[in-house]
Amino acid sequence: MGWNEFAFLLTGLKWTVALSAVGFVFGGMSGLGIALLRTSGIALLERVTSGYIALFQGTPLLMQLFVVYYGLALVGLKLDAWIAVAIGFTLHASAYLGEIWRGSIEAVPKGQTEAAKALSLGYASRMKDVILPQAIRISLPATIGFLVQLIKGTSLAAIVGFTELTRAGNIVSNQIFQPLLVFGIVGILYFLLCWPLSLYGSHLERRMAIASR
Amino acid sequence: MNYKLDFTPVIDGLSDLLMGCLGTFVLALGGMALAIVIGIGGVILRDSRFAPARWLVKAFVELIRNTPFLVQIFFIYFALPLAGLRLDPTPTAIIALGINGGAYAIEIIRGGVQSISRGQIEAGLALGLHKAQVFRLIVLKPALRAIFPSLTSQFVLLTLTTSIASAISAYELTSVAQRIESDSFRSFEVYGTITLFYLVISWVMMRFFALISARYFSYPVK
Repeated sequence: MGWNEFAFLLTGLKWTVALSAVGFVFGGMSGLGIALLRTSGIALLERVTSGYIALFQGTPLLMQLFVVYYGLALVGLKLDAWIAVAIGFTLHASAYLGEIWRGSIEAVPKGQTEAAKALSLGYASRMKDVILPQAIRISLPATIGFLVQLIKGTSLAAIVGFTELTRAGNIVSNQIFQPLLVFGIVGILYFLLCWPLSLYGSHLERRMAIASR
Repeated sequence: MNYKLDFTPVIDGLSDLLMGCLGTFVLALGGMALAIVIGIGGVILRDSRFAPARWLVKAFVELIRNTPFLVQIFFIYFALPLAGLRLDPTPTAIIALGINGGAYAIEIIRGGVQSISRGQIEAGLALGLHKAQVFRLIVLKPALRAIFPSLTSQFVLLTLTTSIASAISAYELTSVAQRIESDSFRSFEVYGTITLFYLVISWVMMRFFALISARYFSYPVK
């Protein structure tokens, strides 16, 4: 494998990072909305969001990408492959992060909500200033865990035909007929991306376990 | 919108799709069985006195958990023939699923074993229980009970992951759907339908595990 092929893999890596970042940021924003609706106390909203989460947690990510990809084309939206998969990952991430953050919001002791109410804080201020700052801390290890899962998940964009790291690996491997070498390197690149995050996540988890002892 | 949904190819291919579901179950069950074997073996090595074995298991777990399954299955698909194993895509996929699930199972099972305190075992022995009874009643059952929820969600995840095995054309639901799709070009209808199939499959699995849990692990503690 020459320098050119490796550079091509690095271009793929760039798209993997971009796709993960877009999915995480937009998925995070909508995920926060879902978590808030899911804990809103309004039965209808809670039911709808819980169904949304169950739908995404009960189906393979690959199918979600396929359905979004072909579904968008079907309603007449002629989108770039890049935009279509980005929407797919955003929806996927919103459901998972929504569920993680719902758990964290509920894990904040009830007394905090009661105290905030006693201080006559409104819903917005209660969430923004009291509950969410604590919930975010609680959710951090799981959120980072999901980010790793999302980065690994972007490899499935290769099957839909988007050239990120894994598909770049496919292309190079078809050119130089050394699949083991190519996928070995692709694997190492993913590992270098994910492992530091995983280590940081388990570090936070350990620290919180000590703090709560 | 001038596109008309047409489910005829899905309806015509229904028996093929149901066979595909069976293929998905075969992959999932095979993968789970292998994952449990790797998980238990890995835990024994992970806590052994032989340091290189411990490092090897640690490295294996980190490597598998921080790389995508799609890359793993490609790697294994091309590596097995070099190791002298010429297998069909379906057994290859089971091996890949087992290896992937095994890495997660090691961590989960290890947590369960560590949740049993030494004093419990000693208390069991002091009460005159046989060693085998101590293992079965005091170590295995409570440990299984402790890890059952995470094991369940890991296995449901593994079942959903089987769809990725279509990348090496193993026989399962997604690859059957891909064939029907490439014959009919009804992508949305085909994939939309099997998405619902997957939803049913994962729901059935969760109910099944919940039943086991209610049957075997519903005794009160403390």
